[in-house]
Amino acid sequence: MIRIQGLRKSFGGQPVLRGVDLDVATGEIMIIIGRSGGGKSVLLKHLLGLLRPDAGAVLVDGTDITRLRGAALEAVRRRYGVVFQGGALFDSMSVFDNVAFPLREKTKMGTAEITRRVEEKLLQVGLVDMGHKNPAEISGGMRKRVAIARALVTEPEIVFFDEPTTGLDPILVNTIHRLIQELHGKFRFTAVMVSHEIPEIFEIADRVAMLHEGVIVETGEARVIQNSTNPIVQRFIRGAAESDHHAA
Amino acid sequence: MTDGSPAPRALPLPARWIGALGYLTLYVVESLGRFGRFLGEAVGLVFVPPLKVGRLAARVYFIGFKSLTIVILTGAFTGMALGLQVFLTLQRVGSEAFVGPAVGIALVRELGPVLTAVFVTGLAGSALTAELGIMRISEQIDALMVMALNPIRYLVVPAMLAGLITFPMLTAIFDVAGIYGGYLVAVVLLGMSPGTYFGQMQAFADMGDVMVGFWKSLAFGVLVPWVCTYKGFHCGHGAEGVSRATTEAVVLSCVLILIFNYFLGSVLP
Repeated sequence: MIRIQGLRKSFGGQPVLRGVDLDVATGEIMIIIGRSGGGKSVLLKHLLGLLRPDAGAVLVDGTDITRLRGAALEAVRRRYGVVFQGGALFDSMSVFDNVAFPLREKTKMGTAEITRRVEEKLLQVGLVDMGHKNPAEISGGMRKRVAIARALVTEPEIVFFDEPTTGLDPILVNTIHRLIQELHGKFRFTAVMVSHEIPEIFEIADRVAMLHEGVIVETGEARVIQNSTNPIVQRFIRGAAESDHHAA
Repeated sequence: MTDGSPAPRALPLPARWIGALGYLTLYVVESLGRFGRFLGEAVGLVFVPPLKVGRLAARVYFIGFKSLTIVILTGAFTGMALGLQVFLTLQRVGSEAFVGPAVGIALVRELGPVLTAVFVTGLAGSALTAELGIMRISEQIDALMVMALNPIRYLVVPAMLAGLITFPMLTAIFDVAGIYGGYLVAVVLLGMSPGTYFGQMQAFADMGDVMVGFWKSLAFGVLVPWVCTYKGFHCGHGAEGVSRATTEAVVLSCVLILIFNYFLGSVLP
């Protein structure tokens, strides 16, 4: 279980997170929604231990990772898989080597076993014939799928997705969402996803949290969020213009 | 917009200057601290197995082999220019026999290590900064961190070890190319006796001179990868951030090479 308690972070005196509280249950898909620049990626970086908060805690199964350094933090990160917004694939390596990289670097698996696991993951994301290509030679949607394969190849307990469908067409958005849902059903990892894709995310989310101006304004099951009476949530879901709100 | 309370009074100009000076001092001290800690962490990780041998070999190829042509070319022309000027100067006092030692000692003690380090900075150091900068802005370094891999061990340590291996070798090649460049001008073009050129060089230049150049090249072999990887690691946002980091890495490396060259030249025998 991941528990975020009173998380605060400012950059140059500008508060980005103003006291975030959120619980993510083991095995659920939690999707954090909110406007661009609202602090979603900053929140995610705190969960990954890439940023340290000004105040508050991030508890992963009771361990506050904001206080960990070095080997202790690496031990927590071994349980993680991360899909970055742009994929963060290593451009000096082929697709196959990108997916194989965590296994080669973090495990003592033999070459045959690594090859089997990588081919299996590439098959699951529908890229079985793309292993020899470089990331620059494949499309944006394929890069996202390679990133998902790389994040899942070590069979992590917790997977973070940072806007995994940004910039993709609606068909690819649904393809990626279905893929995540399918893989989640198979491996039962805990998923924390930051996304803008309304209403598509309601199809796959167990719960949704709305981050607005540095605080979580509402959390609940997808259906609850969709029917929320909170005007901030409704305005975001319906995509109403700011001017409409002010006029009202 | 105001809440009715009086606006805070602006500080007088001297106080603002002192404040700005304080901020600048803190910024410089903090930057130096980060810079030093970065080196300390990299040096510490050199001794922690396993060593990334594949990455080290790739870096040796990248820094060493790819710089070879430019080092030979610039070494030869530096030696030729040095041979010509020294010959013409010594000819005025009838001492052209000392062209060999003058060229040899100048190359081995000073020009070899300094110019090699400067050219390798321009060639491989700038590329190293740009590569790490792009890895930083495209979240590849973050990806390494969340895979529980230390990016300093993976990216910086091999570059530093490769610098330690390749800089002395490239310096030696630069020196040899320069000495033969000087030979070409002094002996082949200007008619000096080959025996005098090399004989006088052997008489005046000793192992101490070679070792001064060797220690300098070792120092630059750490300095250049240190500065270039640090700047790449801490680059700003976007293409502009990478571009600025690359420029800063080259300028800072070159300035530090010249400063360290002077102090090492003063300290070493």
